[in-house]
Amino acid sequence: MSLADAPRISGWRSATIVEAAPLTPRVKRVVLGLDPPLRFRAGQHVDLRLTAPDGYQARRSYSIASGPETPDRLELAIEKLDDGEVSPFFHEVAEVGDAIDLRGPIGGHFVWSVEDGGPLLLIGAGSGVAPLMSMVRHRAARGDRTPAALLLGARTAAEAPYREELLALAAADPSLGILFLLSRESAHGPFDRAGRVDAASVRAATAGWPGPARHVFVCGSNAFVNAAAEAALSGGAPPGSVRTERYGG
Amino acid sequence: MATRGFTGRRTPDDHAARTPPGQALTTDFPVLSAGPTPKIALADWSFTLKVGPRPVAKWSWEEFSALPRTSYVRDIHCVTTWSKLDTAWEGVLIDDVLAAVGLAPPTGFTLAHGFDGYTTNVPTADLVGGKAMIATAYDGAPLTPDHGGPARLLVPHLYFWKSAKWVSGLQFTERDEAGFWELRGYHMYGDPWREQRYDDDA
Ligand SMILES: Cc1cc2nc3c(=O)[nH]c(=O)nc-3n(C[C@H](O)[C@H](O)[C@H](O)COP(=O)(O)OP(=O)(O)OC[C@H]3O[C@@H](n4cnc5c(N)ncnc54)[C@H](O)[C@@H]3O)c2cc1C
Repeated sequence: MSLADAPRISGWRSATIVEAAPLTPRVKRVVLGLDPPLRFRAGQHVDLRLTAPDGYQARRSYSIASGPETPDRLELAIEKLDDGEVSPFFHEVAEVGDAIDLRGPIGGHFVWSVEDGGPLLLIGAGSGVAPLMSMVRHRAARGDRTPAALLLGARTAAEAPYREELLALAAADPSLGILFLLSRESAHGPFDRAGRVDAASVRAATAGWPGPARHVFVCGSNAFVNAAAEAALSGGAPPGSVRTERYGG
Repeated sequence: MATRGFTGRRTPDDHAARTPPGQALTTDFPVLSAGPTPKIALADWSFTLKVGPRPVAKWSWEEFSALPRTSYVRDIHCVTTWSKLDTAWEGVLIDDVLAAVGLAPPTGFTLAHGFDGYTTNVPTADLVGGKAMIATAYDGAPLTPDHGGPARLLVPHLYFWKSAKWVSGLQFTERDEAGFWELRGYHMYGDPWREQRYDDDA
Protein backbone atom coordinates (compact mmCIF):
# COMPACT_ATOMS: atom_id res chain seq x y z
CA MET A 1 0.00 0.00 0.00
CA SER A 2 1.40 3.42 -0.87
CA LEU A 3 1.29 6.36 1.48
CA ALA A 4 -1.44 7.94 -0.63
CA ASP A 5 -3.77 4.96 -0.01
CA ALA A 6 -3.41 5.16 3.78
CA PRO A 7 -6.70 5.72 5.63
CA ARG A 8 -7.28 9.39 6.38
CA ILE A 9 -7.32 10.71 9.94
CA SER A 10 -10.91 11.30 11.06
CA GLY A 11 -12.16 14.37 12.83
CA TRP A 12 -13.24 13.90 16.48
CA ARG A 13 -15.95 11.27 16.72
CA SER A 14 -17.59 9.47 19.58
CA ALA A 15 -16.90 5.85 20.56
CA THR A 16 -18.50 3.77 23.31
CA ILE A 17 -16.65 1.57 25.76
CA VAL A 18 -18.07 -1.91 25.16
CA GLU A 19 -15.60 -3.92 27.27
CA ALA A 20 -13.11 -3.07 30.01
CA ALA A 21 -11.10 -5.61 32.00
CA PRO A 22 -7.57 -6.01 33.38
CA LEU A 23 -5.02 -7.73 31.15
CA THR A 24 -2.39 -7.61 33.90
CA PRO A 25 -2.28 -5.75 37.23
CA ARG A 26 -1.05 -2.62 35.44
CA VAL A 27 -2.53 -2.89 31.95
CA LYS A 28 -6.24 -2.63 31.19
CA ARG A 29 -7.93 -3.79 28.05
CA VAL A 30 -10.49 -1.24 26.82
CA VAL A 31 -12.61 -2.05 23.78
CA LEU A 32 -14.27 0.83 21.95
CA GLY A 33 -17.33 0.21 19.82
CA LEU A 34 -17.41 2.29 16.62
CA ASP A 35 -20.30 2.92 14.26
CA PRO A 36 -19.34 3.51 11.48
CA PRO A 37 -16.15 1.45 11.78
CA LEU A 38 -12.65 2.98 11.64
CA ARG A 39 -10.41 1.56 8.90
CA PHE A 40 -6.77 1.38 9.99
CA ARG A 41 -3.52 -0.51 9.45
CA ALA A 42 -1.93 -2.75 12.06
CA GLY A 43 0.47 -0.63 14.14
CA GLN A 44 -1.46 2.65 13.98
CA HIS A 45 -2.81 4.55 16.98
CA VAL A 46 -5.76 6.75 17.88
CA ASP A 47 -5.97 9.91 19.95
CA LEU A 48 -8.50 9.85 22.79
CA ARG A 49 -9.90 13.04 24.28
CA LEU A 50 -11.50 13.49 27.69
CA THR A 51 -13.58 16.57 28.51
CA ALA A 52 -14.28 17.95 31.99
CA PRO A 53 -17.62 19.63 32.83
CA ASP A 54 -16.07 23.10 32.43
CA GLY A 55 -14.75 22.29 28.94
CA TYR A 56 -11.15 21.50 29.94
CA GLN A 57 -9.77 18.71 27.74
CA ALA A 58 -6.90 16.22 27.84
CA ARG A 59 -5.84 14.04 24.93
CA ARG A 60 -3.40 11.14 24.62
CA SER A 61 -2.37 8.59 21.99
CA TYR A 62 -3.09 4.86 22.31
CA SER A 63 -2.04 2.14 19.89
CA ILE A 64 -4.72 -0.15 18.49
CA ALA A 65 -4.19 -3.72 19.74
CA SER A 66 -6.97 -5.36 17.74
CA GLY A 67 -6.51 -6.33 14.11
CA PRO A 68 -7.75 -4.27 11.14
CA GLU A 69 -10.23 -7.08 10.43
CA THR A 70 -12.51 -5.85 13.25
CA PRO A 71 -12.73 -2.09 12.54
CA ASP A 72 -15.93 -1.69 14.56
CA ARG A 73 -14.25 -2.83 17.81
CA LEU A 74 -10.97 -1.14 18.64
CA GLU A 75 -9.10 -2.75 21.49
CA LEU A 76 -6.62 -0.65 23.46
CA ALA A 77 -4.17 -1.78 26.16
CA ILE A 78 -3.76 1.07 28.63
CA GLU A 79 -1.00 0.96 31.22
CA LYS A 80 -1.55 2.84 34.46
CA LEU A 81 0.91 5.62 35.29
CA ASP A 82 0.17 6.44 38.91
CA ASP A 83 0.86 10.15 38.58
CA GLY A 84 -0.79 10.39 35.17
CA GLU A 85 -3.86 12.34 34.11
CA VAL A 86 -5.49 10.12 31.49
CA SER A 87 -4.36 6.53 32.09
CA PRO A 88 -5.62 6.39 35.73
CA PHE A 89 -9.01 7.60 34.47
CA PHE A 90 -9.29 4.48 32.34
CA HIS A 91 -8.25 2.28 35.25
CA GLU A 92 -10.35 3.85 37.99
CA VAL A 93 -13.29 5.70 36.47
CA ALA A 94 -14.17 4.54 32.95
CA GLU A 95 -16.88 1.90 32.60
CA VAL A 96 -18.70 0.01 29.90
CA GLY A 97 -21.26 2.34 28.30
CA ASP A 98 -19.17 5.51 28.64
CA ALA A 99 -18.70 7.70 25.56
CA ILE A 100 -15.12 8.66 24.64
CA ASP A 101 -14.01 11.06 21.87
CA LEU A 102 -11.59 9.56 19.41
CA ARG A 103 -9.62 10.63 16.36
CA GLY A 104 -7.62 8.47 13.99
CA PRO A 105 -6.09 6.36 12.68
CA ILE A 106 -2.73 8.10 13.10
CA GLY A 107 0.81 7.10 12.14
CA GLY A 108 1.95 5.82 8.77
CA HIS A 109 5.41 4.51 9.68
CA PHE A 110 5.03 1.92 12.43
CA VAL A 111 2.67 -0.21 10.30
CA TRP A 112 2.75 -3.67 8.82
CA SER A 113 0.42 -5.62 6.52
CA VAL A 114 0.81 -9.18 5.26
CA GLU A 115 1.56 -7.65 1.82
CA ASP A 116 4.76 -6.20 3.30
CA GLY A 117 6.14 -9.72 3.87
CA GLY A 118 8.90 -10.75 6.24
CA PRO A 119 10.58 -12.24 8.13
CA LEU A 120 8.93 -10.11 10.78
CA LEU A 121 10.54 -9.44 14.15
CA LEU A 122 8.39 -7.83 16.86
CA ILE A 123 9.79 -6.71 20.21
CA GLY A 124 7.78 -5.07 22.99
CA ALA A 125 7.29 -4.60 26.70
CA GLY A 126 4.38 -3.46 28.85
CA SER A 127 1.61 -1.76 26.89
CA GLY A 128 4.14 -1.55 24.03
CA VAL A 129 2.86 -4.95 23.01
CA ALA A 130 -0.38 -3.31 21.76
CA PRO A 131 0.57 -2.42 18.16
CA LEU A 132 2.52 -5.70 17.84
CA MET A 133 -0.60 -7.57 18.92
CA SER A 134 -2.50 -5.88 16.10
CA MET A 135 0.11 -7.12 13.60
CA VAL A 136 0.04 -10.67 14.99
CA ARG A 137 -3.76 -10.76 14.97
CA HIS A 138 -3.86 -9.35 11.44
CA ARG A 139 -1.41 -12.02 10.29
CA ALA A 140 -3.47 -14.77 11.94
CA ALA A 141 -6.80 -13.47 10.60
CA ARG A 142 -5.38 -13.53 7.08
CA GLY A 143 -4.00 -17.06 7.53
CA ASP A 144 -0.58 -15.65 6.66
CA ARG A 145 2.55 -17.77 7.33
CA THR A 146 5.23 -15.11 7.01
CA PRO A 147 8.03 -16.19 9.39
CA ALA A 148 7.47 -14.07 12.48
CA ALA A 149 8.88 -13.85 15.99
CA LEU A 150 7.56 -11.88 18.94
CA LEU A 151 9.82 -11.13 21.91
CA LEU A 152 8.06 -9.73 24.96
CA GLY A 153 9.82 -8.35 27.97
CA ALA A 154 8.01 -8.56 31.33
CA ARG A 155 8.98 -8.89 34.95
CA THR A 156 6.89 -12.02 35.49
CA ALA A 157 4.62 -14.15 33.33
CA ALA A 158 1.58 -12.68 35.11
CA GLU A 159 2.68 -9.19 34.04
CA ALA A 160 2.91 -10.10 30.33
CA PRO A 161 -0.23 -8.94 28.49
CA TYR A 162 -1.89 -11.40 26.08
CA ARG A 163 0.24 -14.33 27.20
CA GLU A 164 -2.48 -16.98 26.84
CA GLU A 165 -3.67 -15.72 23.46
CA LEU A 166 -0.12 -15.57 22.13
CA LEU A 167 0.74 -19.05 23.32
CA ALA A 168 -2.41 -20.38 21.65
CA LEU A 169 -1.58 -18.57 18.39
CA ALA A 170 1.97 -19.97 18.41
CA ALA A 171 0.73 -23.49 19.18
CA ALA A 172 -1.49 -23.35 16.09
CA ASP A 173 1.14 -21.81 13.82
CA PRO A 174 4.72 -23.15 13.65
CA SER A 175 5.82 -20.11 11.58
CA LEU A 176 5.13 -17.84 14.59
CA GLY A 177 7.74 -17.88 17.38
CA ILE A 178 6.97 -16.41 20.80
CA LEU A 179 9.56 -15.74 23.47
CA PHE A 180 8.85 -14.12 26.83
CA LEU A 181 11.87 -12.55 28.52
CA LEU A 182 11.17 -12.62 32.25
CA SER A 183 13.41 -10.36 34.30
CA ARG A 184 12.19 -11.33 37.80
CA GLU A 185 11.12 -14.93 37.45
CA SER A 186 12.48 -18.17 36.04
CA ALA A 187 11.12 -19.78 32.90
CA HIS A 188 7.77 -21.63 33.01
CA GLY A 189 8.34 -23.44 29.71
CA PRO A 190 10.19 -23.43 26.38
CA PHE A 191 8.59 -20.12 25.37
CA ASP A 192 10.16 -18.34 28.36
CA ARG A 193 13.69 -17.23 29.06
CA ALA A 194 14.98 -15.60 32.20
CA GLY A 195 16.56 -12.23 31.53
CA ARG A 196 16.02 -9.27 29.24
CA VAL A 197 15.77 -8.77 25.49
CA ASP A 198 19.36 -9.07 24.22
CA ALA A 199 21.21 -10.18 21.08
CA ALA A 200 21.23 -13.83 22.22
CA SER A 201 17.46 -13.93 22.70
CA VAL A 202 16.94 -12.26 19.32
CA ARG A 203 19.17 -14.93 17.72
CA ALA A 204 17.32 -17.69 19.57
CA ALA A 205 13.91 -16.42 18.44
CA THR A 206 14.96 -16.04 14.80
CA ALA A 207 17.20 -19.14 14.50
CA GLY A 208 15.01 -21.09 12.04
CA TRP A 209 14.56 -18.26 9.57
CA PRO A 210 15.63 -18.44 5.91
CA GLY A 211 17.32 -15.03 6.19
CA PRO A 212 17.61 -11.91 8.32
CA ALA A 213 14.58 -9.94 9.49
CA ARG A 214 13.09 -7.71 6.82
CA HIS A 215 10.84 -5.70 9.13
CA VAL A 216 11.56 -5.08 12.81
CA PHE A 217 9.11 -3.24 15.07
CA VAL A 218 10.14 -2.25 18.58
CA CYS A 219 7.68 -0.64 21.00
CA GLY A 220 7.63 0.38 24.65
CA SER A 221 9.24 2.95 26.93
CA ASN A 222 12.18 4.87 25.52
CA ALA A 223 14.71 3.00 27.67
CA PHE A 224 13.30 -0.36 26.59
CA VAL A 225 13.20 0.67 22.92
CA ASN A 226 16.84 1.79 22.96
CA ALA A 227 18.00 -1.49 24.50
CA ALA A 228 15.78 -3.68 22.33
CA ALA A 229 16.65 -1.88 19.06
CA GLU A 230 20.32 -2.36 19.93
CA ALA A 231 19.66 -6.07 20.65
CA ALA A 232 17.89 -6.49 17.30
CA LEU A 233 20.78 -4.90 15.41
CA SER A 234 23.49 -6.89 17.18
CA GLY A 235 21.30 -10.01 16.91
CA GLY A 236 21.46 -9.76 13.11
CA ALA A 237 18.71 -7.37 11.98
CA PRO A 238 19.96 -5.20 9.10
CA PRO A 239 20.33 -1.48 9.87
CA GLY A 240 17.38 0.27 8.26
CA SER A 241 14.98 -2.58 9.06
CA VAL A 242 14.19 -1.30 12.56
CA ARG A 243 11.20 0.93 13.25
CA THR A 244 10.44 2.17 16.74
CA GLU A 245 7.47 3.55 18.65
CA ARG A 246 8.35 5.19 21.96
CA TYR A 247 5.64 5.78 24.53
CA GLY A 248 7.70 8.14 26.63
CA GLY A 249 10.35 8.36 29.32
CA MET B 1 -19.99 16.82 25.76
CA ALA B 2 -18.26 16.13 29.05
CA THR B 3 -16.75 12.71 29.68
CA ARG B 4 -18.47 11.06 32.65
CA GLY B 5 -16.33 11.29 35.78
CA PHE B 6 -13.41 13.22 34.28
CA THR B 7 -12.24 16.35 36.06
CA GLY B 8 -8.67 16.59 34.76
CA ARG B 9 -5.45 17.94 36.10
CA ARG B 10 -5.11 21.62 35.26
CA THR B 11 -2.06 23.55 34.31
CA PRO B 12 -1.25 25.90 37.22
CA ASP B 13 -2.55 29.42 36.44
CA ASP B 14 0.91 30.97 36.36
CA HIS B 15 1.84 28.67 33.46
CA ALA B 16 -1.49 28.42 31.67
CA ALA B 17 -0.78 31.33 29.32
CA ARG B 18 2.36 29.56 28.12
CA THR B 19 0.73 26.17 27.54
CA PRO B 20 -0.93 25.73 24.12
CA PRO B 21 -4.37 24.07 23.89
CA GLY B 22 -4.37 20.31 24.43
CA GLN B 23 -0.87 20.30 25.96
CA ALA B 24 0.20 19.24 29.47
CA LEU B 25 3.41 20.39 31.14
CA THR B 26 6.15 17.91 31.89
CA THR B 27 9.42 18.30 33.74
CA ASP B 28 10.92 15.21 32.06
CA PHE B 29 12.24 15.30 28.54
CA PRO B 30 10.44 12.47 26.70
CA VAL B 31 12.08 10.96 23.62
CA LEU B 32 10.21 10.16 20.39
CA SER B 33 11.79 9.03 17.14
CA ALA B 34 10.93 6.66 14.32
CA GLY B 35 13.97 4.38 14.47
CA PRO B 36 16.96 3.37 16.56
CA THR B 37 19.12 6.20 17.89
CA PRO B 38 21.99 6.61 15.40
CA LYS B 39 25.54 6.95 16.71
CA ILE B 40 27.29 9.68 14.79
CA ALA B 41 31.01 10.21 15.43
CA LEU B 42 32.03 13.87 15.28
CA ALA B 43 34.71 12.89 12.70
CA ASP B 44 31.93 11.65 10.40
CA TRP B 45 29.60 14.58 11.03
CA SER B 46 29.00 17.25 8.44
CA PHE B 47 26.40 19.90 7.73
CA THR B 48 25.39 20.76 4.17
CA LEU B 49 23.35 23.65 2.75
CA LYS B 50 21.61 23.01 -0.54
CA VAL B 51 19.59 25.22 -2.84
CA GLY B 52 17.32 22.79 -4.62
CA PRO B 53 19.51 19.81 -5.55
CA ARG B 54 22.72 21.91 -5.55
CA PRO B 55 25.06 21.87 -2.50
CA VAL B 56 26.27 25.41 -1.77
CA ALA B 57 28.22 24.92 1.48
CA LYS B 58 29.46 22.14 3.71
CA TRP B 59 31.01 22.22 7.18
CA SER B 60 32.91 19.65 9.21
CA TRP B 61 32.24 19.52 12.96
CA GLU B 62 35.36 21.59 13.59
CA GLU B 63 34.39 24.21 11.02
CA PHE B 64 30.81 24.34 12.27
CA SER B 65 32.02 24.79 15.85
CA ALA B 66 33.85 27.94 14.76
CA LEU B 67 30.60 29.69 13.71
CA PRO B 68 29.13 32.33 16.07
CA ARG B 69 27.20 30.72 18.91
CA THR B 70 23.92 31.78 20.49
CA SER B 71 22.09 30.64 23.62
CA TYR B 72 18.41 31.01 24.28
CA VAL B 73 15.69 29.69 26.57
CA ARG B 74 12.40 28.60 25.00
CA ASP B 75 9.25 26.58 25.67
CA ILE B 76 8.87 23.45 23.51
CA HIS B 77 5.72 21.56 22.52
CA CYS B 78 5.50 17.95 21.31
CA VAL B 79 2.51 16.81 19.24
CA THR B 80 2.11 13.86 21.66
CA THR B 81 0.76 16.54 24.09
CA TRP B 82 3.68 17.32 26.38
CA SER B 83 5.11 20.80 26.68
CA LYS B 84 8.25 21.74 28.53
CA LEU B 85 8.89 25.29 29.69
CA ASP B 86 12.20 27.15 29.85
CA THR B 87 14.45 24.75 27.97
CA ALA B 88 17.99 26.12 27.52
CA TRP B 89 19.72 25.63 24.18
CA GLU B 90 22.96 26.62 22.58
CA GLY B 91 23.99 26.43 18.95
CA VAL B 92 24.29 28.36 15.72
CA LEU B 93 21.36 30.47 14.54
CA ILE B 94 20.23 29.74 10.97
CA ASP B 95 20.85 33.48 10.40
CA ASP B 96 24.52 32.92 11.25
CA VAL B 97 24.77 29.79 9.08
CA LEU B 98 23.47 31.81 6.12
CA ALA B 99 25.67 34.83 6.95
CA ALA B 100 28.76 32.58 7.04
CA VAL B 101 28.31 31.91 3.33
CA GLY B 102 26.88 35.32 2.44
CA LEU B 103 23.54 33.86 1.49
CA ALA B 104 20.15 35.58 1.80
CA PRO B 105 17.25 33.13 2.28
CA PRO B 106 17.15 31.76 -1.29
CA THR B 107 13.60 30.30 -1.38
CA GLY B 108 10.43 30.37 0.69
CA PHE B 109 10.63 26.81 1.98
CA THR B 110 13.18 24.55 3.59
CA LEU B 111 13.46 20.81 4.00
CA ALA B 112 15.63 19.73 6.93
CA HIS B 113 17.47 16.41 6.53
CA GLY B 114 18.71 14.04 9.23
CA PHE B 115 21.48 11.42 9.18
CA ASP B 116 18.77 8.79 9.75
CA GLY B 117 16.98 9.77 6.53
CA TYR B 118 14.38 11.84 8.38
CA THR B 119 13.07 14.97 6.70
CA THR B 120 10.73 17.77 7.77
CA ASN B 121 9.57 20.94 6.05
CA VAL B 122 9.55 24.44 7.53
CA PRO B 123 8.87 27.78 5.83
CA THR B 124 12.20 29.59 5.57
CA ALA B 125 10.71 32.63 7.33
CA ASP B 126 10.27 30.46 10.44
CA LEU B 127 13.99 29.63 10.50
CA VAL B 128 15.46 33.15 10.28
CA GLY B 129 15.14 36.31 12.36
CA GLY B 130 16.65 34.64 15.46
CA LYS B 131 13.89 32.03 15.62
CA ALA B 132 15.70 28.77 14.84
CA MET B 133 19.12 27.27 15.36
CA ILE B 134 21.24 24.21 14.80
CA ALA B 135 21.48 23.23 18.47
CA THR B 136 24.52 21.38 19.76
CA ALA B 137 23.99 21.79 23.52
CA TYR B 138 21.01 21.42 25.83
CA ASP B 139 20.97 22.56 29.46
CA GLY B 140 24.68 23.36 29.40
CA ALA B 141 25.91 20.00 28.10
CA PRO B 142 26.55 18.56 24.63
CA LEU B 143 23.31 17.31 23.10
CA THR B 144 22.94 13.56 23.79
CA PRO B 145 22.19 11.14 20.91
CA ASP B 146 18.68 10.44 22.30
CA HIS B 147 17.80 14.11 21.93
CA GLY B 148 19.33 14.44 18.48
CA GLY B 149 23.05 14.94 19.18
CA PRO B 150 25.57 15.85 17.95
CA ALA B 151 23.24 18.48 16.44
CA ARG B 152 19.54 18.97 15.85
CA LEU B 153 17.45 21.63 14.19
CA LEU B 154 15.55 23.62 16.80
CA VAL B 155 12.38 25.48 15.77
CA PRO B 156 10.81 25.87 19.20
CA HIS B 157 7.67 27.75 18.14
CA LEU B 158 6.45 24.80 16.02
CA TYR B 159 5.56 21.26 17.18
CA PHE B 160 8.76 19.48 18.04
CA TRP B 161 8.75 16.99 15.14
CA LYS B 162 9.83 20.00 13.05
CA SER B 163 13.04 20.19 15.12
CA ALA B 164 14.79 17.42 13.16
CA LYS B 165 17.17 15.30 15.24
CA TRP B 166 20.63 14.28 13.96
CA VAL B 167 20.41 17.06 11.41
CA SER B 168 22.75 16.73 8.44
CA GLY B 169 21.68 19.71 6.38
CA LEU B 170 19.09 22.18 5.17
CA GLN B 171 17.75 22.23 1.64
CA PHE B 172 16.02 25.33 0.32
CA THR B 173 13.12 24.41 -1.94
CA GLU B 174 10.86 26.38 -4.28
CA ARG B 175 7.75 24.52 -3.15
CA ASP B 176 6.62 23.37 0.29
CA GLU B 177 7.75 19.71 0.08
CA ALA B 178 6.21 17.38 2.67
CA GLY B 179 8.73 15.67 4.98
CA PHE B 180 8.62 12.29 6.74
CA TRP B 181 5.68 12.83 9.11
CA GLU B 182 4.00 15.37 6.84
CA LEU B 183 3.70 12.59 4.21
CA ARG B 184 2.11 10.44 6.91
CA GLY B 185 -0.80 12.66 7.87
CA TYR B 186 0.85 15.32 10.02
CA HIS B 187 0.35 19.03 9.44
CA MET B 188 2.51 20.92 6.93
CA TYR B 189 3.09 23.86 9.32
CA GLY B 190 2.48 22.58 12.88
CA ASP B 191 1.65 25.65 14.99
CA PRO B 192 0.93 24.41 18.55
CA TRP B 193 -1.13 27.53 19.37
CA ARG B 194 -3.52 26.64 16.55
CA GLU B 195 -3.33 22.89 17.34
CA GLN B 196 -2.14 22.07 13.83
CA ARG B 197 -1.43 18.39 14.54
CA TYR B 198 -2.84 16.56 11.53
CA ASP B 199 -3.21 17.53 7.92
CA ASP B 200 -6.88 18.52 8.07
CA ASP B 201 -6.44 20.78 11.11
CA ALA B 202 -7.08 24.38 9.97
C1 LIG C 1 2.18 6.92 19.43
C2 LIG C 1 1.90 6.60 20.88
C3 LIG C 1 1.18 5.47 21.18
C4 LIG C 1 0.92 5.14 22.52
N1 LIG C 1 0.25 3.99 22.80
C5 LIG C 1 0.02 3.65 24.08
C6 LIG C 1 -0.65 2.41 24.40
O1 LIG C 1 -1.02 1.63 23.53
N2 LIG C 1 -0.85 2.11 25.72
C7 LIG C 1 -0.42 2.97 26.71
O2 LIG C 1 -0.65 2.64 27.89
N3 LIG C 1 0.21 4.13 26.43
C8 LIG C 1 0.42 4.49 25.15
N4 LIG C 1 1.06 5.68 24.88
C9 LIG C 1 1.35 6.61 25.98
C10 LIG C 1 0.10 7.46 26.26
O3 LIG C 1 -0.17 8.29 25.14
C11 LIG C 1 0.24 8.37 27.49
O4 LIG C 1 1.43 9.10 27.38
C12 LIG C 1 0.23 7.60 28.78
O5 LIG C 1 -0.99 6.87 28.92
C13 LIG C 1 0.40 8.54 29.96
O6 LIG C 1 -0.65 9.46 29.99
P1 LIG C 1 -1.19 10.02 31.39
O7 LIG C 1 -2.13 11.12 31.07
O8 LIG C 1 -1.67 8.91 32.24
O9 LIG C 1 0.12 10.57 32.07
P2 LIG C 1 0.61 12.08 32.04
O10 LIG C 1 -0.24 12.87 32.95
O11 LIG C 1 0.69 12.52 30.64
O12 LIG C 1 2.07 11.98 32.60
C14 LIG C 1 2.55 11.00 33.51
C15 LIG C 1 4.03 11.13 33.63
O13 LIG C 1 4.67 10.85 32.38
C16 LIG C 1 5.32 12.01 31.89
N5 LIG C 1 4.91 12.11 30.49
C17 LIG C 1 3.84 12.71 29.96
N6 LIG C 1 3.76 12.53 28.64
C18 LIG C 1 4.82 11.80 28.31
C19 LIG C 1 5.29 11.27 27.09
N7 LIG C 1 4.68 11.43 25.90
N8 LIG C 1 6.41 10.56 27.14
C20 LIG C 1 7.05 10.36 28.31
N9 LIG C 1 6.64 10.83 29.48
C21 LIG C 1 5.55 11.53 29.49
C22 LIG C 1 4.87 13.16 32.70
O14 LIG C 1 5.89 14.10 32.89
C23 LIG C 1 4.48 12.49 34.02
O15 LIG C 1 5.59 12.36 34.84
C24 LIG C 1 1.36 6.00 23.55
C25 LIG C 1 2.08 7.16 23.23
C26 LIG C 1 2.35 7.46 21.92
C27 LIG C 1 3.14 8.70 21.62
